[in-house]
Amino acid sequence: MTESKQNQVFVTTERCKGCRFCIEFCPQHLLYESDETNSKGYHIVHMDDNGKCIGCEMCSMVCPEFAIHIVTADEEPEQGEG
Amino acid sequence: MNVPVVTGETTEKHPLEDYLRFDRLPHIWCPGCGLGTVLGAFLRGLLQSGLTPDKVAVVSGIGCTGRSAGYIKLDSFHTTHGRAIAFATGLKLAKPELKVVVFSGDGDLAAIGGNHLIHAGRRNIDLTVLCVNNFNYGMTGGQFGPTTPVAARSTTSRTGNIENPFNMSALAAASGATYVARWTAAQVHQMERSITEALLKRGFSFVEVISPCPTYYGRMNRLPTGLDQMRYYRSNSVVRHGTNPNEVGVGVDGQIVTGKFIDIERPYLPSSGDGNNGG
Repeated sequence: MTESKQNQVFVTTERCKGCRFCIEFCPQHLLYESDETNSKGYHIVHMDDNGKCIGCEMCSMVCPEFAIHIVTADEEPEQGEG
Repeated sequence: MNVPVVTGETTEKHPLEDYLRFDRLPHIWCPGCGLGTVLGAFLRGLLQSGLTPDKVAVVSGIGCTGRSAGYIKLDSFHTTHGRAIAFATGLKLAKPELKVVVFSGDGDLAAIGGNHLIHAGRRNIDLTVLCVNNFNYGMTGGQFGPTTPVAARSTTSRTGNIENPFNMSALAAASGATYVARWTAAQVHQMERSITEALLKRGFSFVEVISPCPTYYGRMNRLPTGLDQMRYYRSNSVVRHGTNPNEVGVGVDGQIVTGKFIDIERPYLPSSGDGNNGG
C-alpha cells in the first residue's frame, strides 16, 4: 500500500458489538452502520470513502471493543505520532 | 481508487496488542458500556507516561470494572471485593519500585472499599487509583449504591433514589489525595492525558471516570443506550480545572463538571529511603 496516501481503517468485525460510538465520534462522519451482521448478530460498521479520513484515530480511541484501528498513510517508522 | 476499508480478521497489529490479552476478547462488558474505552485510554496513557510496563502492576476489585485486570497483559491481580486498595498498599510497601495502579469501580471503591480509599489518601500511599463511576452496581443487577444521584432510578429505587450520594472526587480530595481529576468516558483525549499525569504523580493520585451503564443506569434514567449516555456526557460536560471538588457534585441531570481539581505535593509513602519523600 505504499502508493496510497490514504489512511487505512481496520475493523475487526467479530469484536464489534454495534454500540455506534465510532459513528458518533468520527469528526468526518464517515462511518455508518451496515446491514451486514457478524456471527453474534450485531450490525457492524462500514466506511465508504476513506479518502476523507483525517487519521485522527478518534474511532479507535472511543471503541470499547478494541475493534477499530487506523494505519495512517504517512506514518514513518522513525517518527511515530506517540 | 480508494483503498477499501478492511473488515474481518486483519493481519495488521492493533496498537495495544502488546498490552491487552486479545485472545480473551470480546470482553464480557455490555454493548454500549464505556469500560472498554476507559481501559483503552488507560493503556494509551500508560504508554505515553514512558513507565516500563514490567514495573507496572494493576490491581482491581470486584464488579464489572474489576474484570479489567484479567484483560491487561501486565502484572495484574483481581482481589476480593473492596480490597483492591488494601492489596495495592501491601504490594507497594513490599515492592516500592513498582508502579501500582488500582483500576476499579465505584461500588468497589466507594462502598465496601470506602475505608481503604480514605485511609490510602490519608497516608498518601504512592498509588494511582482509577475509579470508573457508573452510578450503580452494574454487575449485580443495577441496584443503587453510594454514588447514585438523588432522584435517579435504579432497580432498587424505582421511584427515585432518596439518599445523598458520595462525590468521589471530593471524597478523595478530602482524604488527602495529591492529584484528583474527573472526566467522562466521552472525553477520551483529556482522560488519557490525565491518566498519564496521575501515573507520573508521586503520591496518591485519583482519577474518576464517569462511564455509561446502558443496561441498568441509563435504561432506567431515560438514556437507554450507551450512545445516548455518551451524547449526554459530551454535551453536558464542562471543563473547570482547579474547581473546589466540594462544589462539583453530579446530579441525575444537568451539567457534569470535569477537569483536574487537585494537583499538590505532600509527603508520601513509601518514602524512597534517602529522605526524599516529596516533602
